[in-house]
Amino acid sequence: MRDKDPALRRNAPRLALHVPEPAFRPGDTPDFSSVQVPAAGAASRPDTTAAAAETHPLATQLVRVLGEDNQAVGPWDPKLAPDTLRKMLRDMVTVRIFDDRMYRSQRQGKTSFYMKCTGEEAIAVSAQTALDRDDMHFPTYRQQGLLVARGYPLTEMMNQIYSNRGDKLKGRQLPIMYSDKAHGFFSISGNLATQFPQAVGWAMASAIKGDSRIAMGWVGDGATAEGDFHSALTFAAVYNAPVILAVVNNQWAISSFSGIAGAERATFAQRAVGYGIAALRVDGNDALAVYAVVNWAAERARANGGPALIEFFTYRAEGHSTSDDPSGYRPTNEAKLWPLGDPIERLKAHLLAIGEWDEERHTAMTAECDAAVRAAQKESEKLGILPEQGKDDIGSVFTDVYADVPWHLAEQREKALAEGAD
Amino acid sequence: MPTMNMIQALNDAHKVTMRADDDIVVFGEDIGYFGGVFRVTEGLQKEFGKTRVFDAPISEGGIVSTAVGMAAYGLKPVIEIQFADYIYPGYDQIVSEVAKMRYRTAAEWTMPMVIRTPYGGGIFGGQTHSQSPESLFTHIAGLKVVIPSTPYDAKGLLIAAIEDPDPVIFFEPKRIYNGPFDGHHDRPVKPWSKHPASEVPEGHYTIPIGKASVVREGEDLTVLAYGTMVHVALAAVEEQGIDAEVIDLRTLVPLDLETIEQSVKKTGRCLVAHEAPRTSGFGAELVALVQERCFYHLEAPVERVSGWDTPYPHAYEWAYFPGPKRIKTALGKVMAD
Repeated sequence: MRDKDPALRRNAPRLALHVPEPAFRPGDTPDFSSVQVPAAGAASRPDTTAAAAETHPLATQLVRVLGEDNQAVGPWDPKLAPDTLRKMLRDMVTVRIFDDRMYRSQRQGKTSFYMKCTGEEAIAVSAQTALDRDDMHFPTYRQQGLLVARGYPLTEMMNQIYSNRGDKLKGRQLPIMYSDKAHGFFSISGNLATQFPQAVGWAMASAIKGDSRIAMGWVGDGATAEGDFHSALTFAAVYNAPVILAVVNNQWAISSFSGIAGAERATFAQRAVGYGIAALRVDGNDALAVYAVVNWAAERARANGGPALIEFFTYRAEGHSTSDDPSGYRPTNEAKLWPLGDPIERLKAHLLAIGEWDEERHTAMTAECDAAVRAAQKESEKLGILPEQGKDDIGSVFTDVYADVPWHLAEQREKALAEGAD
Repeated sequence: MPTMNMIQALNDAHKVTMRADDDIVVFGEDIGYFGGVFRVTEGLQKEFGKTRVFDAPISEGGIVSTAVGMAAYGLKPVIEIQFADYIYPGYDQIVSEVAKMRYRTAAEWTMPMVIRTPYGGGIFGGQTHSQSPESLFTHIAGLKVVIPSTPYDAKGLLIAAIEDPDPVIFFEPKRIYNGPFDGHHDRPVKPWSKHPASEVPEGHYTIPIGKASVVREGEDLTVLAYGTMVHVALAAVEEQGIDAEVIDLRTLVPLDLETIEQSVKKTGRCLVAHEAPRTSGFGAELVALVQERCFYHLEAPVERVSGWDTPYPHAYEWAYFPGPKRIKTALGKVMAD
């Protein structure tokens, strides 16, 4: 220790706290020319058995497959069959229509809350397409595409959103906090990042049992700051868990830009480097690239190659939720100017470019998706909407706290039933 | 019948259950090869292998959260948090995830797991190895909270906890791991072998969760205690020459209120004793319940003996610990009114 007279430091610069600030605020004209967008096909593709360190240069690049000419190019081209591409497009379109309908439902007072994933549809849909049916996701609230792509009934999703009589969660969870074991979708928590190390635990269990299933954990850019994120990486690395750890970097955590989570200093994929975990960074609006990297990580995990951290670089085109108005903190035209474009338009353009799609079919498919969402909504609303709920079965409030109802809950149930819900 | 201390009894409970159920996995800091800092998991890795019994990184949040994932998969984790004072990094996972999973998923996902953790003072552990945080868990819907006070109960309760379909926070009173403690810290430690509850049957048996035990029958007043304080209270009433009924709660949630109510209605007086700080301690809940149920049978206000509302002071351990003197003063007060 140096016992210097503090007066000797009087000529030293004053310490200054750096508080990150996004480049653009409301009223500014966004200019994304500083966002590095490497050419499609430029990123190398290590073998899935490669040492983690071989992937680390990719942590600062961007895996992209769809080129300016809308053709798939480079070593990451997953060479998917046109039917698969069309199914992905259909699922993405369904998600967007679903989001719009449910957003409107919330505005009409039919439910309390909704969250869209506009601009991020390719991520969940393509990731789901790349995994097997019995793998397990530990999602955040913006991966509704996982359920849609796995064929979970839209009516079931809406029943949960309306907390109605058909809601399998008995009206206990905030809208969109889905849960469905059979469709590989773990219960969503509002406490962010909690699911990330849980995914690692599930994967560890699969390895303990000598199973072949893998897990995929999801987190947003903002919640990478949680301790749970680091627990997840530590445990995944220590036990070489068969897990894919996904960071969806959509640039915004409610009103805080990614710099508040550390993005000014390093990419989110680079967090993997210090843990010795494989790292990939991918254009999240490129459905083919998303498929390719998830498929790579799945192959690696299933062969006991260990975990991979994938950063999906994207942009949250809408507000955080129905309770958020982004015009209060960012320019309203940012989404339109985002250099990586719209994932649905890009996949559609690719199908058109390879001669596997046309405008008529697209219009017809969109109409079909729209009709399916409307039909599901009609079906679901027959079972009720939120304002009508909360009266019929007050006793249900006291079940499932424990496997059996203990005496103190039985007593409280009697009181609650006598009181009613008025 | 073999004689065991509490550590051996807990160890045996692991072995009995793990032999019967391949889905039980045990992990925590230093619990693998070494067998844990208090040796509760000694020999488990050797018998059950490294994939069922393993060391965890120093990350209580990681230990609890990965246990959640394992329970979601279908395993039954029995995890150790090295000291209850270290449990807080895992608190969010316990409160928001473990406790609420059955409810929020309408029982689609459940969290059968046991979180074992040594708690309490009297070992010169300072403020980070002496705490009694049980009321932070009794307040959380969806958790069961169990605290044994003898080797016999420890084994039976741990087996019951492991076999329970719901998550159990299992607090182990570390001051009495090796022998019952009468609160006189200046006297030699008595080993468990001299205590009848050190006779622990081999094999499988359970002590039901939610059932208290009347460890001393009496007529003059009812003492409610758990963990180390059961033994401190027993010694104090004997020394005071009071014919007290001493109840070892064994489970805090769900509480055996019936046994408490019967006793207080019989004696008309009640004293509650715990090591944890006073304000919002579990004693406050007990006092409230006793006055709700037994008000017209009470002949004196219910007394609380507890730790002080301060952090646990290292050198002043015995000024903090609710020992014989504090209990006797309170006993005198309840009996005088």
